[in-house]
Amino acid sequence: MDTSPSSPPTKKRKMATDTTAAEQEHQFPLPAILTHPSATPPILITQGAEGRLYKTTFFSPNIPCALKYRPPKPYRHPILDARLTKARLAFEAKVLERCRREGVPVPAVYAQNAAAGWIAVEWIEGAPVRVKINEWLGQRPKNEEEEKAADAKDQGPLVELMKRIGAAIAGLHRTGVVHGDLTTSNMMLRPPTRKTTRTTEQPNGVSEEEAKAKLLEGYVVIIDFGLANQSQSDEDRATDLYVLERAFASTHPRAENLFEHLLESYKQTFGKKGVSVLHKLEDVRMRGRKRSMIG
Amino acid sequence: MPDAKGRRIALGCEGSANKLGIGIIAHDPLTGEPTVLSNVRDTFVSPPGTGFLPKDTARHHRAYFVRVAKKALEAAGVSISEIDCLCYTKGPGMGGPLTSVAVGARTLALLWGKELVGVNHCVGHIEMGRAITGATNPVVLYVSGGNTQVIAYAEQRYRIFGETLDIAVGNCLDRFARTLEISNDPAPGYNIEQLAKQGGRVLLDLPYAVKGMDCSFSGILGRADDLAAQMKAGEPGPDGEPFTPADLCFSLQETVFAMLVEITERAMAHVGSNQVLIVGGVGCNERLQEMMGAMAAERGGSVYATDERFCIDNGIMIAHAGLLAYETGFRTPLEESTCTQRFRTDEVFVKWRD
Repeated sequence: MDTSPSSPPTKKRKMATDTTAAEQEHQFPLPAILTHPSATPPILITQGAEGRLYKTTFFSPNIPCALKYRPPKPYRHPILDARLTKARLAFEAKVLERCRREGVPVPAVYAQNAAAGWIAVEWIEGAPVRVKINEWLGQRPKNEEEEKAADAKDQGPLVELMKRIGAAIAGLHRTGVVHGDLTTSNMMLRPPTRKTTRTTEQPNGVSEEEAKAKLLEGYVVIIDFGLANQSQSDEDRATDLYVLERAFASTHPRAENLFEHLLESYKQTFGKKGVSVLHKLEDVRMRGRKRSMIG
Repeated sequence: MPDAKGRRIALGCEGSANKLGIGIIAHDPLTGEPTVLSNVRDTFVSPPGTGFLPKDTARHHRAYFVRVAKKALEAAGVSISEIDCLCYTKGPGMGGPLTSVAVGARTLALLWGKELVGVNHCVGHIEMGRAITGATNPVVLYVSGGNTQVIAYAEQRYRIFGETLDIAVGNCLDRFARTLEISNDPAPGYNIEQLAKQGGRVLLDLPYAVKGMDCSFSGILGRADDLAAQMKAGEPGPDGEPFTPADLCFSLQETVFAMLVEITERAMAHVGSNQVLIVGGVGCNERLQEMMGAMAAERGGSVYATDERFCIDNGIMIAHAGLLAYETGFRTPLEESTCTQRFRTDEVFVKWRD
C-alpha cells in the first residue's frame, strides 16, 4: 500500500484503524481527489468530529502526505455547510502558510481545494507527543516510593521535551496565531534523522537505557489547525495554554508537575510578552473556562 | 414511608423559570424502575412582544402553588402518609420564582413532617431524560431558555464539555420571538418552529459562532434583529426578493441548531460515545431532533429525546432526581433549604451512578 521507500514499513505506520482502502470506501465515501486512478491508495488514519485524515502521496508516489477531508454534514443546510467548510479550510491553509513563513514548526501545505473540502499537507514522521510521553512514563517504576526516588534524577529527557514544546508554542504565538485546541495529540515528535528512528524502533544491539534515552528525542511539530485563530491578545494566548494545561493533566496525570517547565520555557522564548501571558494565565485559571450560569 | 406495594414515593416542585410544575414519582424498591404517578404544570404566559419578568412569574407561582399541588396529589391517587420526601429545585434559575417554590416546598415539609431534598435543575433534566428514553450513558445536550450545555458523565459527576459563552439558545429564540411579536402561547420557541416550517425559500446569512466545544448566540440574535428591521422596512433579501418572518425563523433555526449539533458531535468524538440525549425545553424542537438524528446516524449511533411532558420544565424530573439522591441517604435540612440562581451541573456529586 505504502510505496514510499523512505518511510518505515507500512505495518508500523498504520494506526488503530487498520482497514484496507476498499473496506473504507464502503464505510466512508472518499473525496473525489482520492478516487483518481493515479492516486496512491489512501489509508484512513483518524475519523474525528471535523473530518477524516488520510495518508496518501502527493505529486510523486514517494512523497507521503496527509489529506484532511471535511465531508459535507448531512444535518447542515447545504448552503451553510458549503460556506463553513470553505471558510474553515481556506483559513486553516492560510494559518499554516503563515506559520511556515515565520519558521514555526508546522506541516507545509501542498495543495488545497476548499470548495471540495480537502487540504493536503506534509506528512510528519514520528508519533504524537501523547504516545511518546505515555510510552516513556509507562517504562517508569509503578511503585509510588520508587517513583519518587526515580523522579528526582531521571525525569531529565521529559523535562527537555516539555521545554521544546513550550518553545514551539511561543514561536506559534509570536506569529499572531493561537491554535485553539492544543493537546499532546496535536503535536508530533519528528525523529531527528531517519537513521536514529530505525535504531529506536528496532533496539536490537542497543542497550535498553540508550533506547529509552532516545525515546523523547525529536522536533516538536504542531499539527491540526482546524480551530486556529489569528490573535495577539494575552487573553487568547493564555487560554491556549490553559486548554493545554487541562488536557495535559487529564492525559498524563503522572507528569502533571512537569508542566511548569513548559511554561518557563514559553516565557523564556517569548520574552516580555510571555511574562504578561503567564500573568493572564493566572486569571484564566482562577476564572476557569466555565462561568457560573443563571437559569 | 413506602406505599402498600413497597414503592418509595417523592413529590417534586419546580419553578425556576415561568413553569410551575409539581409531580409525583414512585421507584420500585428492587429494580429502581420509576413510575410517573402525576405530572401537573401551569405556565405563566406573557403577552406577545414581552418576556416573563421575575416579579410577575414569582407572583404566578405563589398564586398557583396550592392548586397545582392539590391537582398533582389527586391525579397520583396517593395519600400524604405514603410520600417519602419532598424535592424542590435548589437552582439554577430566576431568584424570585425559585424562592416562591422553595417556600412552598418547605411549608409542605413542615405541614406533613417530611424530609426535604434540594435538587439541581439541570441534573433533574438529565436523570429524567435517561429514565424515559433508556439511554444508558449518553452525551447530553441540555438546551433551554436559560441553559446551553454539552454534558458527559464521568466519575460521579456530570461534566460540562461545552456551553454557551453568553446567552442560552432558548433565550436567543425567545427574544427573537419578541422582536417578531410572535405569541408566547404555548411557548415562543414552539411558534418559531411552526413558522420556520413555512420558510426555507432562502437561507439568510447569519453569523456562526462555534469556539471549540463552546458557542455564542448574542451576535446571531443581534444580526437576526437587524434583518427583521430590514424586513419591516420593506428592504429585499440577498437574492433581491423580499423575505418573510418565516424565512427569518427558518434561517435562525438552521444556524443555531447546526452549531448545537456540531459541538455535540465534537463532544461525542472526544469521549467516544455514540448515544446522544437531548433535554430541556428547546429539546422538543423536531427540527433539532432531526438534525441530531442525522449526525448520530452517521456516527453509527442514535439520538434520544423526549416530548414536551418531560423536555419542558416539570415537577416530575425534580421528584425523580431528588428521590435518586434520597435513596443514597442525601437530605437537605430545613435550615439549609435555600435556593440559588447559580448552581453548576458539575457541582453535584452523583452518588447514585457508578
